[in-house]
Amino acid sequence: MAKKIRVLVAKPGLDGHDRGAKVVANALRDAGMEVIYTGLHQTPEMIAEAAVQEDVDVVGLSILSGAHLTMFPRIIELLKKQEAEHIKVFGGGIIPAEDVEKLESMGVAKVFGPGTDTRDIIKYLKQEFE
Amino acid sequence: MGGMRDIGALLERFGEGKTAAAARLITILEEGGDGAERVMDTIFARTSGAYRIGFTGPPGAGKSTLVYRLAKLFRQKEHEIGIIAVDPTSPFSGGALLGDRIRMQKLSEDPKIFVRSLASRGSLGGISNCTDEVADLLDAFGKDLIIIETVGVGQSELEIAEKSHTVVVILVPESGDGIQAMKAGLMEIGDIFVMNKADHPDAVLAAREIENSLRLKDIPEGNWQPPVLLTSALEETGMEDVIREIENHRRWLEERDLFEEKRRLILRSRVRDAFMDKLERKLWHDSSITRILESRIGEVYDGRLSPYRMVEELERLVTVE
Repeated sequence: MAKKIRVLVAKPGLDGHDRGAKVVANALRDAGMEVIYTGLHQTPEMIAEAAVQEDVDVVGLSILSGAHLTMFPRIIELLKKQEAEHIKVFGGGIIPAEDVEKLESMGVAKVFGPGTDTRDIIKYLKQEFE
Repeated sequence: MGGMRDIGALLERFGEGKTAAAARLITILEEGGDGAERVMDTIFARTSGAYRIGFTGPPGAGKSTLVYRLAKLFRQKEHEIGIIAVDPTSPFSGGALLGDRIRMQKLSEDPKIFVRSLASRGSLGGISNCTDEVADLLDAFGKDLIIIETVGVGQSELEIAEKSHTVVVILVPESGDGIQAMKAGLMEIGDIFVMNKADHPDAVLAAREIENSLRLKDIPEGNWQPPVLLTSALEETGMEDVIREIENHRRWLEERDLFEEKRRLILRSRVRDAFMDKLERKLWHDSSITRILESRIGEVYDGRLSPYRMVEELERLVTVE
């Protein structure tokens, strides 16, 4: 069986809007990927544990609450602790332009802002993980 | 990824109890081929006969929620649990949306529970082709209870019966009337029937329909009589009954040496399946077979040669003493 890209799409923290996460999850599935969606209100610990157990290639975080500077590094740190630093983290949501560079310096692989074409996300993931 | 040397290192870390290594090895099992065989050669000797429980039933019956509730209760009894949750792969895109974890969110907080979502990847029996292997791996990882949740698409989902010691069939009041229940398939593989959504006004009646159709089957005395239980996974009622009946069924199997017999049957069917898979691949890669096939298929197409005569010719190329 050929290698499939496995992606965990997760919503950390308290924001309750998952339309964006669902749109992305559906687009990735239609592009032939295996997408694990874990639902709303996840703690960083739950997301990291699920990512490790599912052996995903990459975790996609959707954050609209403004907590991105806390959530992203915490999850990256937890993955490292579990010896799973090979799992990359990307994300999207309401993230101010000036924070994107900060996130990338913290080890976030890629940030997609509002209005991103899902085809660009697919292209990026296929390029990096296929 | 997946190189032979990596597998050696992964198996070592697996032996040390590292979750990331176990998860990686499952991916290699899913990919199949030489890598998977190498992993199985090491893993198989380390299994210790974990008890396997299959959960099946129509979509939306509440399988994942029930598995979640039961897993929490089994943890209170000191079991270490592996959960394999299978969801369908799209035959069009090859992709899959694996959503069973949504109902099991809180299980990610317990390191003694390992949940893995598998896409069915073209298998039609309601489970993934590598379900057995993944169950072995979780067994070798120290899980003594393996829960397998099927895709949940309907009455043909019977492979689970060959993979588990106890099969729990989950139904809901909307699953259909007594005639549905008398149809072949799902109703014949259940060791325990659970009528979930007991808070629904028709639940008691629906459970009675199941009981009636089971009674019509005239199960010989001394055989296991499948109980019909009422639960509400949402309101958390009836869970203890399900646990008790699973334990009863296990004891029943053990007391009659059926446990070992079942294991022998499971292993025999696995060897057969793996052998046939390998043989099939080998045959289709054989040049003398493909040559005849390519050169003479035109005659079949023109109607000069029947497909069965062609098969006879191909068969002559294969000798089994």
